[in-house]
Amino acid sequence: MGKKLAVTGNQAIAEAMRQINPDVCAAYPITPSTEVMQRFAAFVADGKVGTELVTVESEHSAMSACIGASAAGGRVMTATSSQGLALMWEMLHIASGMRLPVVMTLVNRALSAPINIHGDHSDGMGSRDCGWIQLYSENAQEAYDNLIQAIRIAEHESVRLPAMVCMDGFIISHSIESMEFLPDETVKEFIGEFKPTHPLLDVDNPVTYGPLVLPDYFIEFKRAQHEAMSHVKDVVLEVAKEFEKISGRSYGLFESYRLDDADIAIVILNSAAGTAKDVIDVFRDKGLKVGLLKPRLFRPFPYEEVAQALANVKVIGVLDRAESLGGFGPMFMEIASAMMTNGSNPLMVNKIYGLGGRDFMPEHAEAVINELKEIMDTGKVKVLKEYIGVRE
Amino acid sequence: MSTPLRLKELSKKEDLLTGGHRLCSGCGAPIIVRQVLLAAEVPVVAANATGCLEVSTSIFPYTAWKIPWIHSAFENAAATISGVEAMYKALKRKGKIDRKIKFIAFGGDGGTYDIGFQSLSGAMERGHDIVYICYDNGAYMNTGIQRSSATPLGANTTTSPAGSVIPGKLQPRKNLTKIMAAHGIPYVAQTTPAHWRDLMTKVRKALDVDGPAFINVLASCNRGWRTPTNTTIQDTKLAVETCYWPLYEYENGRLKINYKPKEKKPIVEFLKTQGRFKHLFSPGNEHILEKIQELVDAEWEALLREESLYSEEG
Amino acid sequence: MKLKGWKELEIGAVIPEPGNADNYNTGSWRAFRPQWIEDNCIQCLFCWIYCPDSAVTVKDGKRGEFDYDHCKGCGICANECPGKKGNKAIVMVEEGK
Repeated sequence: MGKKLAVTGNQAIAEAMRQINPDVCAAYPITPSTEVMQRFAAFVADGKVGTELVTVESEHSAMSACIGASAAGGRVMTATSSQGLALMWEMLHIASGMRLPVVMTLVNRALSAPINIHGDHSDGMGSRDCGWIQLYSENAQEAYDNLIQAIRIAEHESVRLPAMVCMDGFIISHSIESMEFLPDETVKEFIGEFKPTHPLLDVDNPVTYGPLVLPDYFIEFKRAQHEAMSHVKDVVLEVAKEFEKISGRSYGLFESYRLDDADIAIVILNSAAGTAKDVIDVFRDKGLKVGLLKPRLFRPFPYEEVAQALANVKVIGVLDRAESLGGFGPMFMEIASAMMTNGSNPLMVNKIYGLGGRDFMPEHAEAVINELKEIMDTGKVKVLKEYIGVRE
Repeated sequence: MSTPLRLKELSKKEDLLTGGHRLCSGCGAPIIVRQVLLAAEVPVVAANATGCLEVSTSIFPYTAWKIPWIHSAFENAAATISGVEAMYKALKRKGKIDRKIKFIAFGGDGGTYDIGFQSLSGAMERGHDIVYICYDNGAYMNTGIQRSSATPLGANTTTSPAGSVIPGKLQPRKNLTKIMAAHGIPYVAQTTPAHWRDLMTKVRKALDVDGPAFINVLASCNRGWRTPTNTTIQDTKLAVETCYWPLYEYENGRLKINYKPKEKKPIVEFLKTQGRFKHLFSPGNEHILEKIQELVDAEWEALLREESLYSEEG
Repeated sequence: MKLKGWKELEIGAVIPEPGNADNYNTGSWRAFRPQWIEDNCIQCLFCWIYCPDSAVTVKDGKRGEFDYDHCKGCGICANECPGKKGNKAIVMVEEGK
């Protein structure tokens, strides 16, 4: 079995990348993901990986080089955060449209302005429509496990789509926690060999990548991409099952915590879920039936499964660490869609929390649960969308 | 043994850009691409920046390319080909590929001088074994003749129109070839498709070096230059005869002028055949013509001076 | 050409048939057609190297007929043709005449 070590989230990601040993990595440093590539550069310099590291001059070029490298016919990885992802935005669509299974770690950080280097999910949510698979991670262990599984998911023959693994900036990327690493050989065996489709480097069979597609074919290609996305859920579960065999850790499309008999549910992503779970335990001890749903796969979003998991809940509080100014938080919109299309009609509220790295404290979770209880008792929602942990 | 640079011998090679592409009649870009690919003696993989050449040669489900080719976006041909070349290096090191392959990026002046400038500079600095070929027709022709930093002083474009107050583009063009030379890369050159042997010699040198190379190729655009479709080659020859576009190269930092006109023609010879400069021949704009001549003379004299420094060294 | 459905398409819009634009006819764009007068031809092959449309056929180093499926009639070949004793080997003739 693997060894247990106390590491930062970034260190865990760098270790996973060392074990995955991709053919090409193209990256540009940005806080808080910088450490990932720094550590990885050291692995390259020490000959611990066979990767060609391309230290590009911007994130736009990072993703462009990843696209070129992936189309050339090999395994490609990168990492970024925030503004870096925003600068890549154009190329994110191109990676997915070209069906290139690039795997990226996104260390979540707020988007400017005002400039802020701390963790929230505006970067990830801002790229949710770019055609990438998105896996969110509560802690370093999950980020490590997700990254290894993401290789298999992205490269699966029925998928062939890029994937990003998200974890919270600083809260996870820079905090030390104890986690378990798999042996190198186990990871190597688990991910297997990369199987290229139409590699550019096959000069005997020249292919054209990135042609101009006019209205006569464009929508057909998007339909095909949608189909590939629709296979992801099954592949995620299949890969998770195999991963459990090598790790003993089980993963699904989302995590349900004390949800089976719950009247009240909190939906929350990433690191804040840990805090919320502790508070839920306290309320459970007091007899309140409250549970939690922590999405793991955000793109494609598992609407049916989430709706089923929340089907018997009376009140749902959806907590978003990202804004869609002028709209509900992105997670709220997904949960509302899931419930509506399932024919459920729970009472729902949306709380915006933790933007720009503001701590999510137990008292925040406590206040939300108290309010959800009040809504359940009165049947009335006072404010649909509201900021929490904010000074007046 | 490489194919001698004689048309009779070269014509026996396979054309790697087919007809049936949708570039305008008389376009300079495909002439350049054909010559580049005919010059190459090893398999090449190409990246292409968004632009006329890219859209017109790859209208789905057709491709005019017989080589592996990738277009991803506008500003990043250099970064895209960097990635392809990096994968080649990685797979070669791992023993998964053993052939010699070379890498070329094509971009217009928009994708090279302007929006793709950072990506180009980065790729050159990183030392990838790639050849970047800019086909410079002096404006954003693909979107309808908007000015670029390669547009010459005084040119009438749709975003630097010759109006009643402003007589076309107010700024001289950026000298990208010199900027690339300042990167200290092993090979930088400037040429035209009219000088096919010069172009092909330069492409071979660029492909032969171990590291990055840049070639700036003047391409005429009938739509943007407001010229007839049949003068594409004639116009680029005039650019060289007037020293508007000198043929020169930097091999390991050392300048060589490849052609010196016996009698340098006045710049108006180049300008007067092109509709984009028509307004400069109206009364009141004489000073612009003079200014353009001054700029051409200054660049040419600077090149001669620079070259003479090396010949003094011996 | 029959348009394909989404299930029949190559992944990621890749085109695996190199140079299939050869099947696309651009000859209909022509307003003028180049005419080759073999007697005046010195086989310099300038027409071939300067053709933007790969529309001058050459066999064993000697030029053959124009590929009128692809020639767009730009006239570069006629303009660059040195001919023999002042007589061009390529002349442009208006289409339909």
